[in-house]
Amino acid sequence: MADGSMPLWRMTGVSKRYGGVTALDNVDFSCAAARIHAVLGENGAGKSTLIKIIAGVVQPDSGTMELDGRPVTFRSPAEATRAGIVCIFQELSLMPDLTVADNISITRPPGRWGFINPLAQRRRAEELLARLGCEDVHPTELVKNLPLSRRQMIEIAKALGRNPKILILDEATSALTAADVQKVYAVLRKLRDDGLAILYISHRMQEIAELADDCSVFRNGRHIQTFAKGTKNDDEIVELMIGREYKHVYPAKPARAAATEPMVRIENLSWGDRLQDISLAIGRGEIVGLGGLDGQGQRELLLALFGVLRGITGRVTIDGRTQRIGSPRQAKSPAIGMALIPEDRKTEGLMLPMSVRDNASMAAIAALTRGVIVDRKAEAARIDEMIQKLAIKVGDLANPVATLSGGNQQKVVIAKWLMTNARVVLLNDPTRGIDVGTKQEIYQLLRNLADAGTTILFYTTDYDELVGCCDRVAILYDGRILRELKGADITERNIVASALNLPLEARDSRAAAPA
Amino acid sequence: MTELRLWLARSYGLLLSIVVFIVMFALYFGNFSTDDPAAVILSAANTGVLLALVAMAQTVPVLTAGLDLSVGMIFIMTNCIASALVVGTPLQVAAGTVAVILSGCAAGFVNGAIVVWGRLQPIIATLATSAIYIGIALLIRPVPGGDVDGDLADFLTGQVFEVVPVGLIFLVAVVLFIWVPFRMSVLGRGCYAAGSAEGAAYMSGVDIARSKFAAYVLSGLFAGLAGLMQTFNTYTGEASAPSGGLYTLNSIAAVVIGGTSLFGGSGGAVGSIFGAFILRTIVSLLFVFDMPPLWQPLFQGVVLLLAVSLGAARVLRIRNRLELFS
Repeated sequence: MADGSMPLWRMTGVSKRYGGVTALDNVDFSCAAARIHAVLGENGAGKSTLIKIIAGVVQPDSGTMELDGRPVTFRSPAEATRAGIVCIFQELSLMPDLTVADNISITRPPGRWGFINPLAQRRRAEELLARLGCEDVHPTELVKNLPLSRRQMIEIAKALGRNPKILILDEATSALTAADVQKVYAVLRKLRDDGLAILYISHRMQEIAELADDCSVFRNGRHIQTFAKGTKNDDEIVELMIGREYKHVYPAKPARAAATEPMVRIENLSWGDRLQDISLAIGRGEIVGLGGLDGQGQRELLLALFGVLRGITGRVTIDGRTQRIGSPRQAKSPAIGMALIPEDRKTEGLMLPMSVRDNASMAAIAALTRGVIVDRKAEAARIDEMIQKLAIKVGDLANPVATLSGGNQQKVVIAKWLMTNARVVLLNDPTRGIDVGTKQEIYQLLRNLADAGTTILFYTTDYDELVGCCDRVAILYDGRILRELKGADITERNIVASALNLPLEARDSRAAAPA
Repeated sequence: MTELRLWLARSYGLLLSIVVFIVMFALYFGNFSTDDPAAVILSAANTGVLLALVAMAQTVPVLTAGLDLSVGMIFIMTNCIASALVVGTPLQVAAGTVAVILSGCAAGFVNGAIVVWGRLQPIIATLATSAIYIGIALLIRPVPGGDVDGDLADFLTGQVFEVVPVGLIFLVAVVLFIWVPFRMSVLGRGCYAAGSAEGAAYMSGVDIARSKFAAYVLSGLFAGLAGLMQTFNTYTGEASAPSGGLYTLNSIAAVVIGGTSLFGGSGGAVGSIFGAFILRTIVSLLFVFDMPPLWQPLFQGVVLLLAVSLGAARVLRIRNRLELFS
């Protein structure tokens, strides 16, 4: 550690694999009491897995962990909490139907013999909320009636109430108002001075600059380096974060003389505070990537275009005609001709117990129907064509789609949508959790589709894919398009810098300014 | 005043069911010409208390976002057991009463064990055990019969001060000495937490398994108390599967009418008591207004639909349609 004292927490040789994917690879990591320690890394660098292991949510495959010099293992979050490790997760862990006071004292409420003393519990909630400068929240209010920013404050109050030795914050300030953020900072600094170790995960460089004492950078599941704040500038930090080791083979991008006429034009699209004033034009035959850190509105943008979200403002023009898309059913109609390859193929992409055949023809079934009867012959012919085209390895079409491998399942999802002859294809992280070979086939397929005139909007968490596949990349930050990169400006370095809301280097400043 | 406003907002389902019940009962009572109003109240209370207890039994699993399809059959089973055991010397009667209550708890224990440790869906698990419980009831009482201690029965189905039904006092005691302490306990809190957001409860370190388990045991206890009271009302045990099934369905209706969410996490047993009273008063209202008793299911259905619609208003606020399916 920076000050050389004995670390409060030390883990040695910790690895974790999910199926074929290594999330953490032989990681040594330690943090000291009375320090605020920031953890940095791009998507999939292993930050989440790291804190989940520390907080007892998942168990490491190998390695040892020590708290205060004593070896520990946690089989559940409850055990980690008892040991003094409290984590504020990004996806909140509040119970919406319970009151604020109930939530704050959920595990060890004040009282006796297993009975809760409601008055003491209320006072405790009031004290903790007051510590955070959050007196406007009434302790008997139901959590579900509070806005997200208040819920996040309650989450922090709940964590403080557990008297942690190590407090972990995973993007815990993302929804807070600026005033709240300052209050939380003050509390965190005070806690640090009281001797807590604070692990802080954030993608906001200015937060890290303001708060952290130490920084650790993770990349590809490895701990790259730990350094004291101020010893490296932003550029050097970005340098440490990038540098992917595997490179896929990507099909060549066509050289474009001029921008093609826009097929999809999005103007001032907003949805609550999750999407703000998004404007983006995508040309015919163009592949546009959506980049940025996870959860900046990319998923919502695709859902908004596909008619899943209610209460959208702004305008969407497809092929020169303004469209109000109110449902996926409407989105796929020939007048619009849109397809969405969803994020989670197991819940949104496929009906797992149904056959490969039924899944493949699900979206295009109307075109394969004569009267009310499905034309089995035409259906079989179309499916056969798709299986050839996508090289799907399938034994019997009547088998449940659940029996296929992950890569082949994803190909079935894609086949299902290609059968509708979509003009606009939206993809939400289509290569997550599939093997390298299938990934490359998908890249080639996307390029072939684009060359044939299909318009493609492609969200991926893998920056390498943005660089390799896309003609243009829009980087989202806090529900806005922060920057568009094109041509030679699409580099991993620029993508990471943009995702962190840092300025590009001078030589790269040809990229479009934020809208 | 925020206090009061928040409390009203939280308990409006309960308050609404109380108001509806009072209005309905006033209508009934006002239109019933009788020389003996206390007797009218007594008979209404005695039928109401039975369904109220079964509805309380249903409430606890529903709070955990589960469902217990066996409450009606536990009710029938404990009725049959009581008709065999709660007779004889005072000592035998006392022992028999304890045995009946314990058998209700045991049935809940089995349900809880299957749901929590076996990880089966509550609906199907309790559907299966409900068949087992009615089977046991039929073994004990192949034909209706048996007996129960007359003095105790007359007391518990009678009145004190010639006006207050003892059954109601019993119900209030069950609420005060069993439900309220449970509601105030860490176990009870765990039931609400698990029903509200099980993942969040787990991440917060709540002992979900223990709470859910307690919910089913408590459910068995309430159903057992209902079975006991049924025996005091009828002086006999009858293994009637249709009656058990009807009690189960009505208990679910009573829970919903009483303001408890079938998604779990909000509501409570007191609401279910008034839900049960409302269902029972519908029958009485049809009677005093000279309407055919055959209309009863129709009216119950309408009331139930209205109650469910109140709870479904949240759907209108959802802005991501995918959330409708999760």
